[in-house]
Amino acid sequence: MENLAAGPPIITLRGVSKTYRRDTIAVPVLAALDLDVAAGEFLALMGPSGSGKSTILNLVSGIDTPTAGRVVVAGVDLGGLDNAALAAFRARHVGFIFQSYNLIPVLTAFQNVELPLLLTALDRRERRQHVLDVLEVVGLNDRSDHFPRQLSGGQEQRVAIARAIVSDPSLLVADEPTGDLDAASAAEILDLIGRLNREFGKTVVMVTHDPRAAERAHRVLHLDKGVLVEAVRREQP
Amino acid sequence: MRLPLQYNLRNLVVRRTMTLMTAGGIALVVAVLVLTLALAHGFSATLVATGRADNAIVLRGGATSEMMSSLSRDSARIVAADPAVARGPDGEPLAQPEMVVLVNLLRRGDPDASSNVSVRGVDPQVFALRPDIRLREGRMLRPGMDEVLVGRKLDRRFEGCGLGETLHMGGRDWRVVGTFDAGGSGFDSEIWGDREAFLPAFDRVEYSSLTLRLTDPARLADLLARLEADPRVRAEPQIEREYYRLQSQQLAGVIRALGLFLVVVMAAGAVFGALNTMYAAVGSRSREIATLLALGFPPRSILASFLVESVLLCLIGGVLGCLLALPVHGVSTGTTNWASFSEVAFEFRISPGILAIGLLASVVLGLVGGYFPARAAARRTVSEALRAG
Repeated sequence: MENLAAGPPIITLRGVSKTYRRDTIAVPVLAALDLDVAAGEFLALMGPSGSGKSTILNLVSGIDTPTAGRVVVAGVDLGGLDNAALAAFRARHVGFIFQSYNLIPVLTAFQNVELPLLLTALDRRERRQHVLDVLEVVGLNDRSDHFPRQLSGGQEQRVAIARAIVSDPSLLVADEPTGDLDAASAAEILDLIGRLNREFGKTVVMVTHDPRAAERAHRVLHLDKGVLVEAVRREQP
Repeated sequence: MRLPLQYNLRNLVVRRTMTLMTAGGIALVVAVLVLTLALAHGFSATLVATGRADNAIVLRGGATSEMMSSLSRDSARIVAADPAVARGPDGEPLAQPEMVVLVNLLRRGDPDASSNVSVRGVDPQVFALRPDIRLREGRMLRPGMDEVLVGRKLDRRFEGCGLGETLHMGGRDWRVVGTFDAGGSGFDSEIWGDREAFLPAFDRVEYSSLTLRLTDPARLADLLARLEADPRVRAEPQIEREYYRLQSQQLAGVIRALGLFLVVVMAAGAVFGALNTMYAAVGSRSREIATLLALGFPPRSILASFLVESVLLCLIGGVLGCLLALPVHGVSTGTTNWASFSEVAFEFRISPGILAIGLLASVVLGLVGGYFPARAAARRTVSEALRAG
């Protein structure tokens, strides 16, 4: 697949295949995929269920490994890493935004955002400052002591985004980030992700079913049965 | 890299019903453990506190208790004359022969229940040899009279043992003229009377033992060597306190063994409770585990976090169990000492060490009950856990 982005690639997939096993049956999900994503690019992945878009997200974020092929992200060849090294890679380079926010319900917004920083060498005071800074970025500094159940869906997703960016990763992966939100909240979240891409230079790889969400991306890739069937390059929004 | 403790604490609070039910099971185990140890400790402490370190008790050679021993008057006189025996201000040896028999007495308030009680024939000057024991109420024995003193733990437990009451033993009536306090030792569960009055009443000719004060406890070996070399006597001395400590060993060991067996059976049930709770916790928090793994927390952090949670859960039970057991501290009970076949009254004694063992047991239960669920949580792959969530 041709690299449609302008900058140097932060993500490179070469000949990547992924096959899952269900009991004795092999289920191929991706077949010999090549893909480059430029640093600072906003990429949307679309396609029907089972097309392999979430698998790509899992592979580039280091939570799954390919059956064949190479995955290189931020200069790191993920194929050679064991589980501990993959965990360290995720902590250093990847911010996750999930469809269902995946906040820890018994921790406050502040504590949820602080979680990735517990994996760094920052002291308590420095962690606190970082958390307050990113809560400011997502507009929730007045909700830091609230538990997830005390927040709206949009606010929960903003806390999740704050958690994703607090350790300043170069790559944000978002799996249906607006899937559980109403239209107004979804628009706010997409604005926020777009801002993180534009103003903070985050590379974004987003899986979505929503064409309005995909419109925010520089490039939209359509997958079907593990194969890229269409690539749409958009003007910078 | 450790997850905050609040994460575990709040999860326990959120699932408070399950937390309390599991902690309750652990609390029962810990309470039974603490009570068992307190029972054995109280029994041992009572007998260990009996006797003095500078007194020796002399039994017939080969006898393991006063009940099995008989010592002739001549033997007693020869032993008392040994230079290892201290002398009183009057120049006489501090040595008193004693006679012990068992008498079956009815318990107060339950006419169908009875127990054996040690009845000891003593010298009317018995307190000279045992200065730690004091008269509590009433007066001392008068020589040759049908009178008895009763240990303080017997007067409320047995019929006829109250001050001024009359006991029927050895075919005669004995009036209780006083009670004595032996400082919580085994003597508190005995009845004392004048030896010379007891011997004919209980149809005895020989003594059971001779108790003597050593000039120096280190001279016990000299005394033993001289008695072994003397063909006129067949007697074996040992330090009085050591004798009573050995008397406690068998029953204390059995109490501990039976109690610990009960604890192990209960603990097995409680561990399954903890396992169940922690497996449920892991199952209901698949998405949280997946998220933490995705964020980069290594599996060992997840393992440690769930182990900490399990230990906290069981420690709550441990503290509850200790609190449940504490009111029993000091409560009196009694049992038959298998070494003397007589009733020994003693108190449950919960020491800081026993509480520490109870809490430690709850921590161990937490580690055992939490390990497999925690390992299951830590072994999940992120993608698998995300799908399960």
